[in-house]
Amino acid sequence: MPRLHVDWTRCDGHGLCADLLPEVLTRDEWGYPVSRRSDGTLDIDRSLREHAERAVDMCPLLALTLVRSSPVGR
Amino acid sequence: MTIATTLAAPPDTRRLFAAPGPSLEEHLRTYGDLPADVDLPDLVERAGLLGRGGAGFPSARKLRTVAARGHGVVVGNAAEGEPASDKDRTLLTVAPHLVIDGLVLTARAVGARRAYLATARPEIARHLRTEVRQRRDRVRIEVVEVEDRFVSGEESALVNALNGRPGVPSDRLTRVWERGVDRRPTLVHNVETLAHVALLARFGADWFRSAGTPEEPGTFLATVGGAVSAPGVFEVPYGASLTGLLNAAGARTDAAQAVLVGGFHGAWVPGAALGSTRMSRTSLAPHGASVGAGVVAVLGRDRCGLVESAGVASYLADQVAGQCGPCVNGLPRMADALSRLADGRRDPRLVDEVHRMRGLVVGRGACAHPDGTARFVASTLRVFADEVALHLGGGCSAASAR
Amino acid sequence: MNLTNALWYLGRGTGLVALVMFTLTMVLGITTRSGRQALGLSRFGVADLHKTASLAGVGLVATHVVTLLFDPYAQLKLVDLVFPFLAAYRPFWLGLGTLAVDLVVLVVASSLLRHQIGPKVFKGLHWLAYALWPVALLHALGTGTDAGTVWFRAVALGCLLAVGAAVGWRTSQSFAERGFPRIPRRRPEKAVTR
Repeated sequence: MPRLHVDWTRCDGHGLCADLLPEVLTRDEWGYPVSRRSDGTLDIDRSLREHAERAVDMCPLLALTLVRSSPVGR
Repeated sequence: MTIATTLAAPPDTRRLFAAPGPSLEEHLRTYGDLPADVDLPDLVERAGLLGRGGAGFPSARKLRTVAARGHGVVVGNAAEGEPASDKDRTLLTVAPHLVIDGLVLTARAVGARRAYLATARPEIARHLRTEVRQRRDRVRIEVVEVEDRFVSGEESALVNALNGRPGVPSDRLTRVWERGVDRRPTLVHNVETLAHVALLARFGADWFRSAGTPEEPGTFLATVGGAVSAPGVFEVPYGASLTGLLNAAGARTDAAQAVLVGGFHGAWVPGAALGSTRMSRTSLAPHGASVGAGVVAVLGRDRCGLVESAGVASYLADQVAGQCGPCVNGLPRMADALSRLADGRRDPRLVDEVHRMRGLVVGRGACAHPDGTARFVASTLRVFADEVALHLGGGCSAASAR
Repeated sequence: MNLTNALWYLGRGTGLVALVMFTLTMVLGITTRSGRQALGLSRFGVADLHKTASLAGVGLVATHVVTLLFDPYAQLKLVDLVFPFLAAYRPFWLGLGTLAVDLVVLVVASSLLRHQIGPKVFKGLHWLAYALWPVALLHALGTGTDAGTVWFRAVALGCLLAVGAAVGWRTSQSFAERGFPRIPRRRPEKAVTR
């Protein structure tokens, strides 16, 4: 299952991704995107694939990528 | 493949410090010449060498990856940003040519014509340049000084600094072994790892494995400090007992309240568990610790574990690179809550705040700094739970110890 | 009305509406940068409308330029579409229009290719928008045949006030916070002594 990868050196908490993927993302108290899941993972189910791709496209700082396999560490 | 037969391999675990002095002449007299035809990836793999920089990554894997890509660059990492660690500086002072040998052997193995040695200390840089000049290697070695910051030794931060960019980590998606110094595949090894490479190239994989444990073979350098009478850098085999190491540094085990293993990103081993703990992954894992870069810091009974830990957490919060929002915001808040607990603020919500911040920073940064800090803080609250309760009640064990 | 007049009116009309579209684009672009919601739209909605308004503006400018190319009154040659200040009719003011079109191409192309060129190059080129808009406004005021009329001036003034307010907000202290109290990220200083 692909997962959403955040480049934290770019992200500045605009929050468009949280708007587009509310099932997976919300924002922490500083505005940065955070997983809604307790384990903190950002795996993207097939049904959300298109929304995730739009989030990746629309991030103003190009901070998002959709990555294929499971991560080595987060 | 020839193994040096003229000189006896170091028989005991005094391997890295066997030479009487740092000069090239003394080095060659002790260890012999640099071997010529070495199948390094094979040798390193059979030896089971793990990186000595803290992560413990299998060295053969990195080596093979960069060798396969061709025209790479090799970097010896002695940035040693961890304040409690002194092993890299010591190794370079006492046995620089072992490190340089390892650098040259690795460079040959990956087809690199350029290699770097990075340190944060000007006097070490000067010393290294002098020693490099004594040699006649085909590999061009450049000694580079980097900033003395906690994050400077992180692999991608170091590569960025070598590329003339700010010495802060890059996003994990681009790995340095794919694109690093001058956009070439880059192999970054801790200098101690390189020193071990120099030895196992001479004396073989079987000799290397004759010390240590099957899953963590060989010896490593431990920096022992804190409440000890003879602090210093000690070479020990993996699996050595923690109390044995403490005794070597002049510490009485019963005088140790707890021991921090693995440095500021490591974890505490409580005093009661010291006798049964060994310097190995399996023995340290239940405490949330690993050998890491070999830092062992003893907390005496006259100190407060909470106060000391809050100090460490504040230092770590101060040392953020500043790039990643959750880390920049979360670490100071976490350290602040811990400090208030240490100062005697009797608010149990502070504990919840520390845990909440921990949850918010883990995995949400470009490098492992927030994760390591969170690990340290979690260990602090676990091992010093009684101290926390004492502080919430208005007391402190250090005050009553006097 | 004959064809020539129709082209002339269409040319002028699309020009003015394009200016309004780019004004909207500027305001929405700054709002996107602020990371805030506005006008009942989510952050994504703001960004999306910013994109749509700019593309509408591009379409209108393209129509504006093409109709004027075919209008004998304007005396436009193909070269005037790319190289500024070479035109026969009001060369300076028209040249500003050409310059504006050049900048539109750069800003829009870099936006469409942003994932390929990377965030730093993208940001650098996108900032040309701050040059583009005033150039477009001056062109409108200078060459616009209707520039002297009250309604034209009112529209132009409205655009100026809108962008002025947005830029004022952009440069204000509270802008950077995005509505969340937080420690800002910091730009690292260079390292390395060789």
